Amino acid sequence: MKERWCELSNDAGENREENFSRWLAGENIPFESDEAKVVYQQRVTLIKDAIELEKAPERIPIAPSAGHFPIEHAGISWREAMYDYEKLSAAWDKFHLDFPCDIFYGPRGVVPGRVLESLDFKLYRWAGGSLRDDQEYQFVEGEYMQADAYQDLIDDPTGFFMTVYLPKIFGELASLADMPLLPPVHEIPMVPPAVVPFGNEAVQQAFTKLAEAGDEALQWGRAMGRISLQIMARGVPSFTGGITKAPFDLIGDSLRGTRGIMMDMFRHPDEVIEACDRLVPFMIKAGVRSCGASGHMIPLIPLHKGADGFMSDEQFKKFYWPSLRKVVIGLCDAGLVPLLFAEGGYNQRLEAICDLPRGCAIWWFDATDMSKAKETVGQVSCIAGNVPLDLLCTGTTDDVTQYCRQLIDSAGEGGGFIFSTGAGMQGAKAANVKAMIEFSMDYGANR
Amino acid sequence: MGMSDKLLDAMSNMREQESLDIVGKLLAQGEDPLKILDTCTRAMETVGERFETGRYFLPELIMAGEILKQISRLVKPKLQGDAGTEKKGRVLMGTVKGDIHDIGKDIVTFLLDVNGFEVNDIGIDVSPDRFVAEIERFQPAVVGLSGLLTLAYDAMKETIETIAKAGQRDRVKIMIGGGQMSEKVREYVGADAYGEDAVAGVRLAKKWMDA
Repeated sequence: MKERWCELSNDAGENREENFSRWLAGENIPFESDEAKVVYQQRVTLIKDAIELEKAPERIPIAPSAGHFPIEHAGISWREAMYDYEKLSAAWDKFHLDFPCDIFYGPRGVVPGRVLESLDFKLYRWAGGSLRDDQEYQFVEGEYMQADAYQDLIDDPTGFFMTVYLPKIFGELASLADMPLLPPVHEIPMVPPAVVPFGNEAVQQAFTKLAEAGDEALQWGRAMGRISLQIMARGVPSFTGGITKAPFDLIGDSLRGTRGIMMDMFRHPDEVIEACDRLVPFMIKAGVRSCGASGHMIPLIPLHKGADGFMSDEQFKKFYWPSLRKVVIGLCDAGLVPLLFAEGGYNQRLEAICDLPRGCAIWWFDATDMSKAKETVGQVSCIAGNVPLDLLCTGTTDDVTQYCRQLIDSAGEGGGFIFSTGAGMQGAKAANVKAMIEFSMDYGANR
Repeated sequence: MGMSDKLLDAMSNMREQESLDIVGKLLAQGEDPLKILDTCTRAMETVGERFETGRYFLPELIMAGEILKQISRLVKPKLQGDAGTEKKGRVLMGTVKGDIHDIGKDIVTFLLDVNGFEVNDIGIDVSPDRFVAEIERFQPAVVGLSGLLTLAYDAMKETIETIAKAGQRDRVKIMIGGGQMSEKVREYVGADAYGEDAVAGVRLAKKWMDA
């Protein structure tokens, strides 16, 4: 089989330029004024320059991740945020009016409760579902795939997800277990058996539920689109759009669980590697498609199980990095710039992740030493980060500004740096958020 | 290499099947089950040392613990009474109110268990009052508070204050751990220590029990 996604394709650069031009033009944004459009374009240019590493941006782009902070700041409950789209929109609007900075993180991370409810989603718990009104949604880890099912996953990922995984994580989609495997029809006698499952009442019910959930998701999506445009119209570009995952995390987080995947590295190493490889094209397409839907060029890839402590560097290079690297290359081929969010520490990975083409990705760090990151991976890729959440939640404004100064001094020199928080800043004190943004906007302007 | 050394070598190098085969042979030969468990303890110590020196990471700890669990299952029926099952001390583990994550807590619980502690895991979203009641009932020397989210900061603070109000604070050492925890958070919530990773939790419990 031919090796794919080892090097960038010849048209990757051209595709990226095209995407940058489209992002910069902001054609569908109803700008409030000509001045707002100018500011928007300046800000996109700051991000573009930071990514490309060809010249230092005019100043350091200030891009803290709102996370779920806008909900707390607006004083609405989690239940309201997930069930009342107008309240969620108003919360996002208030946040961006109260804390103006260079970018905008969309509200789409706050998903609509009714969609989850109508499908009886089991992979998370949420306020309005089985959590109290004031609790943010939380992941329920489990062994959703047994260790002996690797071959099934490898043979037919689509069939596995449709007939095994989805029925497990959505109570209302249990009957998808009876769905025909694809491709179902390529000769005349195959037509009747292929459509028989759709005559099954339980399968029909599942599709009714999907339609219901789809309607609701569209309604929510329209509301989120409206508020996003309203914020962008003031001259604030959105930082990301679209999402995908590292194949190892897809298996480790969602299918096998932490203990499961760790034991699999010893018991079924070849299957783990083969399954990761098999999922590469799916993860590329997921990123490309979700970016297509949002009209953005920076898909988020939240990284989990390759962090410091979760595995050795040797295991990282063997199990985690090769398939993730291919996903990154595949996304870059499509002209996208993946935002790799390395939650936790990545101090032991800094050498390994230098192995990417120059200027094609953003590494967003959490608990990683930013001066070391600057010296290593920062020479190849744009780096972002990393005001720690503990500081924002429990520190003083002086603690915060002191950290921001050090951060900008150590990571900001010569460009290739986007100022951000270590993660979404839920729980932060409003005064600290204000101090962080105001200080850095000013201090970062001279770097 | 004697059979015990072979077991030590196989277990500390994650050769699961070989470890189990050796134990099977040893038991068939009438080996003292306590001696087998002693070898396992030495293997776990080797794994712990390799973790401390940065050669091993979480996967090895989990795998070695899993091998130990299986060996215990083979050996336990051969033990006389309670011999060999004496525990090092009691640790109460729970994820604080508002947080339902259990991955980190489960791993620490597992490692404490395979390292010979008597662990009582009281689950997720545990209220301060429930911690107090469980401390009264179980009488642990160490309490581990787990939380992934920043919302756990205030829940941990409240839990420790409630424990203090109940007059239990001097009787227990309290450690915290989880994704967004740090030394700064430890100070904020008033815990005795922050464990950076799962092994730090085991190390802290050992240190406090030995003191």
